[in-house]
Amino acid sequence: METSHSYLRAKIPEGPLEEKWTNYKRNARLVSPANRSSYSVIVVGTGLAGSSAAASLAEMGYNVSTFCFQDSPRRAHSVAAQGGVNAAKNYQNDGDSIYRMFFDTLKGGDFRAREANVYRLAECSGHLIDQAVAQGVPFAREYSGYLNNRSFGGVQVSRTFYARGQTGQQLLLGAYQALMRQVHLGKVTSYTRHEMLDLVVKDGTAKGIIVRNLDTGAITRHAAHAVVLASGGFGKIFYLSTLAMGCNGSAIWRAHKRGALTACPSWTQIHPTCLPQSGTHQSKLTLMSESLRNDGRIWVPARLDEMRPPAAIPEDERDYYLERRYPAFGNLAPRDIASRAAKERIDAGFGVGPLKNAVYLDFKDAISKQGVEEVKKKYGNLFDMYEKITGVNAYAEPMKISPAAHFSMGGLWVDYELSTTVPGLFAIGEANFSDHGANRLGANSLLQACVDGYYILPYTLPHYLAGLSAEDRAISVDGPEFEVAEQEIREEVQRLTKIKGTRTVDDFHRVLGKLLYDYCGLSRSSTGLLEAIAKIDSLKKEFQEDVLIPGTPDRMNDELEKATRVADYLDIARQMCEDALTRNESCGAHFREEFQTSTGEAARNDAEFAFISCWRYGKNGSEMVREPLEFEYVKPTERSYK
Amino acid sequence: MNFLLKIWRQPSPDSKGRLVSYSVTDISPDTSFLEMLDTLNESLVLKGEEPIAFDHDCREGICGQCGFMINGRAHGPLTHTTTCTLHMRSFQDKETIIVEPFRAAAFPVKKDLRVDRSALDKIIMAGGYISVRTGQAPEANSIPISSEAVEGAFDAAACIGCGACVASCKNASAALFTAAKISHLAQLPQGQIEHKKRTRKLVETADQLGFGACSNTGACEVECPQQISIGHIALMNQEYWKS
Ligand SMILES: Cc1cc2nc3c(=O)[nH]c(=O)nc-3n(C[C@H](O)[C@H](O)[C@H](O)COP(=O)(O)OP(=O)(O)OC[C@H]3O[C@@H](n4cnc5c(N)ncnc54)[C@H](O)[C@@H]3O)c2cc1C
Ligand code: FES
Repeated sequence: METSHSYLRAKIPEGPLEEKWTNYKRNARLVSPANRSSYSVIVVGTGLAGSSAAASLAEMGYNVSTFCFQDSPRRAHSVAAQGGVNAAKNYQNDGDSIYRMFFDTLKGGDFRAREANVYRLAECSGHLIDQAVAQGVPFAREYSGYLNNRSFGGVQVSRTFYARGQTGQQLLLGAYQALMRQVHLGKVTSYTRHEMLDLVVKDGTAKGIIVRNLDTGAITRHAAHAVVLASGGFGKIFYLSTLAMGCNGSAIWRAHKRGALTACPSWTQIHPTCLPQSGTHQSKLTLMSESLRNDGRIWVPARLDEMRPPAAIPEDERDYYLERRYPAFGNLAPRDIASRAAKERIDAGFGVGPLKNAVYLDFKDAISKQGVEEVKKKYGNLFDMYEKITGVNAYAEPMKISPAAHFSMGGLWVDYELSTTVPGLFAIGEANFSDHGANRLGANSLLQACVDGYYILPYTLPHYLAGLSAEDRAISVDGPEFEVAEQEIREEVQRLTKIKGTRTVDDFHRVLGKLLYDYCGLSRSSTGLLEAIAKIDSLKKEFQEDVLIPGTPDRMNDELEKATRVADYLDIARQMCEDALTRNESCGAHFREEFQTSTGEAARNDAEFAFISCWRYGKNGSEMVREPLEFEYVKPTERSYK
Repeated sequence: MNFLLKIWRQPSPDSKGRLVSYSVTDISPDTSFLEMLDTLNESLVLKGEEPIAFDHDCREGICGQCGFMINGRAHGPLTHTTTCTLHMRSFQDKETIIVEPFRAAAFPVKKDLRVDRSALDKIIMAGGYISVRTGQAPEANSIPISSEAVEGAFDAAACIGCGACVASCKNASAALFTAAKISHLAQLPQGQIEHKKRTRKLVETADQLGFGACSNTGACEVECPQQISIGHIALMNQEYWKS
């Protein structure tokens, strides 16, 4: 690990905070309607970010190709978001405003995000709701017919819009349908079951990608004037997570190897309310939406040797630890804080369930106050899902929940225009690091994915295209850069399938996941991280020598598909540890044991660490470049939810 | 728990397939069906054999990517459940379980249990949307919509596009899938202007793609993971004949 003396700049526009985005739009270059069809754009990913961007760009007149690894764009993991999407509409008249949403988000992220980006996110939030309603998203309504809201963690207003417990699905269907409309009109070519395996860069700018058809094994080249990565989060690196099985970091990691810097890769949100680990057979830990914390109360027994079933434990022998420690926010304390508080109780031996690794989420009081029907109306599908997976009826006894890896705040570094450090390569949605700082607030990420795709990229990407020289406007899949990139991928898949070792890909992935969770999860220390780096290095070596992939690469090969992802995960994991190791402070989800307050809260160090750690790829370790964070409008304070 | 599995193996779209027997042992009742297959696959890989190909992603019942026939039923023995949220506790110890791909003319087999469902995307492409431009729209609260209308639209919009309705229909009809989209949009004021045209386009496209006609047996409704009602089909048919 080395530290560079140069700094990155984010191209924040001039002017007061409230006018920056307007100023940007006013000055952005445009491409005339007649010329737009001569430009091609590749969008990798069809989640909320990718679908919204692709549909918007196609409507403007650009030629768009989309890629996803699922068999339909509609299945991107945005579909799984349950709880809701935030917007500063102030429909509840409860004191909300764009400024308050901006402040909540910045504070929620422990003052480790850019003011201008966060303000823009809040500023665009209201439009998203308008647009989603116009697309037919059935957000919950009050009896009057007006839109309803609920609260999410880390805020004291109700600004979350929701469609039962399937908000992500409904927003994604809106974006997917807009995308399919453009496919029908011939403006978008949709490649499903195609995985991006490399970025092609020529003279320092992005020129296209290399993909593998997962159904046939065919490897092909695709050229464009700009490439947009909307490949989502890589929390699946922990093996057990709330993500889908195919979620991966390969698209961004391969772009990273071609020159795009990453930012704060170790900032991972560990979500407090997931199903606990129950043995060795599990392949994922399903999330139980944070919205449940609106009405559910979290507790553990107050006695260490408690054996009684939850219903038999009297009130005064229960420890509602969030309400006790954070009276102002109670059960709606932000995620990083709620997860750490759960870990603290579990580590102290108060955990519940057969492995004593969970806490209770109890609806007893909500049911007695509001009635079963009301609770069912709000959370019915979540209770059903809980019962399907665990076999337990949560109307009759409390849910058992536990923290699990969930969201990557880190990702590719982007400037205010969502451009990476490689010109022509943009990153949007969860794939970039952007707006959430060191901890994302619930319901802000569907928003960010949509705002990036519907509202920001449609200004910043044409601004880039309009500045291309005549020479750059010629695109082709011929030429040495494409040749070399394709050849390297062919060799890689050949090499992996020829190893024919003795261990499965999943075996390596499970070992890596556990290692990362233990050393670079909810709590980190310099000794642990150094140990982890050494272990990852040897695991990588073992993987390269001993992985067993049956079959050949020239056809459908699910094990190979997983292997290319795990190969990248091994590299990403190492960089995550380097990132966590060099940040000698605690902030948000990044909790270094050496840096905590006397009450066990994160001790931030603004004097030395008010910057984004950006990483440049190196074969023998990464090099850090800083982007200083300047706070002009708010004064970073100690983040208190007491 | 122990099981005898008979699983459809077919190396490629145009090769012949057959049922192959596998026994799995020592499975915890809390294991999901797909995790049980993972265990089997891992043991196949360790023997150097090709694992069974099957589709899946979210593993929480919402992406619609999983799905095959288990003992002759789409998504297995439980009603309204996806394959990924089905657990082994729903089976008897030592049971023989037959696992086959979804069968429908419009869903050709790609490999083993994996089928091509892109025809469902083509139905949506034909008009399963409101033709509004992205980026701008009138203030969301300017058109109040009754809570009943929105909840009704949601019931239909909840479709996950898994294709279980098609697989469980003796005519391999996509009527429930198609009707759900028509009904979702028709129940909202924003969707009404294009309603007639949308209905015609979607129904005709489904026909052209080789999906069969609906003969109202209701088999689809039983398997639908989102409990979408065949009432939507009746509405679609009425509207189609009117248009
Ligand atoms: C269970 C769960 C619940 C959540 N609930 C909420 C919530 O209530 N509110 C909220 O605001 N946020 C929530 N989040 C977070 C939020 O859903 C995500 O951050 C957001 O949807 C990400 O959108 P995206 O478009 O960036 O990525 P995704 O939706 O993940 O899409 C990624 C796309 O990239 C494609 N892709 C990936 N890699 C490749 C590759 N190598 N080649 C080709 N294609 C590739 C995939 O096929 C997919 O199409 C939740 C997240 C999870 C996991
Ligand atoms: S894997 Fe997503 S619905 Fe089953």
